[in-house]
Amino acid sequence: MSEADITFTGVSRFYGEVLGINKVTLSIPPGITSLVGPNGSGKTTLMNLMCGLIRPTQGEISVLGTPPDRPQELCRILGYCAQFDAFPPGITGYQFIHSFLRLHGMTDAECDRRTLAALELTGLSAAADRPVAAYSKGMRQRIKLAQAIAHEPRVVVLDEPLNGLDPLARAEAIALFRQWGVEGRHVIVSSHILHEVDKISDQVILLSHGYVVAEGQIQGVRSEVKEQPMQIQVRCDRPHLLAARLFQEDHVVEAKLAGNGLLLRTADADRFYLLLNRIILECGLDVESVAPADDDVNSVYQYLIGAEGGTA
Amino acid sequence: MNQFHVPGKPASGLVGRELLGVMRLELKRTFLSRRGWWIYCLAAAPVGLTLLHWLMESRRPAPNHSLGADSIAFAAMFLLYYLRAGIFFGCMGIFANLFRGEMLQKTLHYYFLTPIRREVLVAGKYLAGLAVALALWVPSVAAAFLLIGRHSAAAWSDYIWHGPGLSQLGSYMLVAALACIGYGAVFLMCGILFKNPMIAAAVVWVWEGINPFLPSVLKKISVLFYLKNLCPVEVPVPPPFNVMVTSTDPTPFWIAVPGLLALALVLLVYSAISARNAEISYGDS
Repeated sequence: MSEADITFTGVSRFYGEVLGINKVTLSIPPGITSLVGPNGSGKTTLMNLMCGLIRPTQGEISVLGTPPDRPQELCRILGYCAQFDAFPPGITGYQFIHSFLRLHGMTDAECDRRTLAALELTGLSAAADRPVAAYSKGMRQRIKLAQAIAHEPRVVVLDEPLNGLDPLARAEAIALFRQWGVEGRHVIVSSHILHEVDKISDQVILLSHGYVVAEGQIQGVRSEVKEQPMQIQVRCDRPHLLAARLFQEDHVVEAKLAGNGLLLRTADADRFYLLLNRIILECGLDVESVAPADDDVNSVYQYLIGAEGGTA
Repeated sequence: MNQFHVPGKPASGLVGRELLGVMRLELKRTFLSRRGWWIYCLAAAPVGLTLLHWLMESRRPAPNHSLGADSIAFAAMFLLYYLRAGIFFGCMGIFANLFRGEMLQKTLHYYFLTPIRREVLVAGKYLAGLAVALALWVPSVAAAFLLIGRHSAAAWSDYIWHGPGLSQLGSYMLVAALACIGYGAVFLMCGILFKNPMIAAAVVWVWEGINPFLPSVLKKISVLFYLKNLCPVEVPVPPPFNVMVTSTDPTPFWIAVPGLLALALVLLVYSAISARNAEISYGDS
């Protein structure tokens, strides 16, 4: 069991006869990891398990070497921003963070310092003394985020953290997640907004029906999906010529002209790249860019989970 | 945010600080909350009633009943209202909601995500609930007792300061406190174990209600039985119920009080064990 990672070893969780997740074995390294999957795929179950809010029916979990059934150790290194939009009644933003920080055994002065820092980081300093009940949805989302990170955890688990945030707040939140990732924290994010997941993730975990469908860096995951021809976008000065040459190859299944570009689908990307080098040398093509067009989370999601994940 | 918290050995007094932290949060949430208005009404009702009694009786030129009658009337009110209804339902409202209320409000996970042992959480919540219950019921009992014979002026003062009044008042306050401790532990456990603690509370209430008519062995499995034996004035059972009541040897003070405290402790330990294994499943609540 690695003390630097979050590990799941053969973890299953059933709710009565309903499957939450089944036989999950994975290791989550530092950086930003996104959990992606349709509703009911097991994302929240996975998060609740690693935070100790629920227990596995089978298997073992370790969060940086700490089992989740020891909250007195786990919750010092872990912060969880859950999906529930509920708060203790009558509490202000400042009191919400400060009161729960006190349960970490910190002094009043230390709690005060960390509360103010968390409020500032999430842009809620001005609203600190207002009741949380009077906050907008975006502010409530940010105060939950502030409460989850106020004790400066090494593992930050965020269930749909971008829900309800306006574009500016969303960009700020993403920048914050990136910063934590760079600092070497484990940031685990679940999100339905796939293009944002794509922007922020160092690695993804794709879930469907309680099973881990794929995990790892998104390009690596895409290259493993052999049955789906890879899409590649080429921008060059003579796309017609390139298209004509490519159609002679059996691994190229489709080529579409679009302006000064060519979008093609190939069953063998390595052979395509070799061929492209040859064509450039032989025909003197002036190539502006060559880039994969479907190695993003959205495409991989569609390939692996497809129409069943329509809600995501 | 560039500094990681390094978990080390727990600092001295950490558990105490955690306990105080939980109590502070709970007191803020429970004490004088709008949702608890009916509990404050339950506590204030007998005080209002005895105040009314004083005001009405003090207008009469001569008292129409003795101090002894007042003493028995208070004993009956204490047994039938405070113990059977007020403190029972008041504690149900306070303690059953400590966990179940948070499950319904979907806020319990905030506690479960703090680095405190669930046992400390249970203890902190119980102590906060107990502080609220004691602050409501003990002064209510004292005020009602002092007001019920107030119309007798000098005779009542004499009864209090030179007669058995003060000792009776102390006994009633002690029994009220013990009732809060006992019923508090019962309802805290119900709030953790049952999705609907009201059903469990109804079962306990019926059991406590039929206690006088039960055989002596079953009689002893009751909080009320021990509390009743600690009351300083016995309430006569009116006919025809008196023929149905079975008599049992009263439990001595030195068994009744530690026995009740031990029972509360056992229930709290069981609650702590249950809380350790508790999961957050708001969807099922």
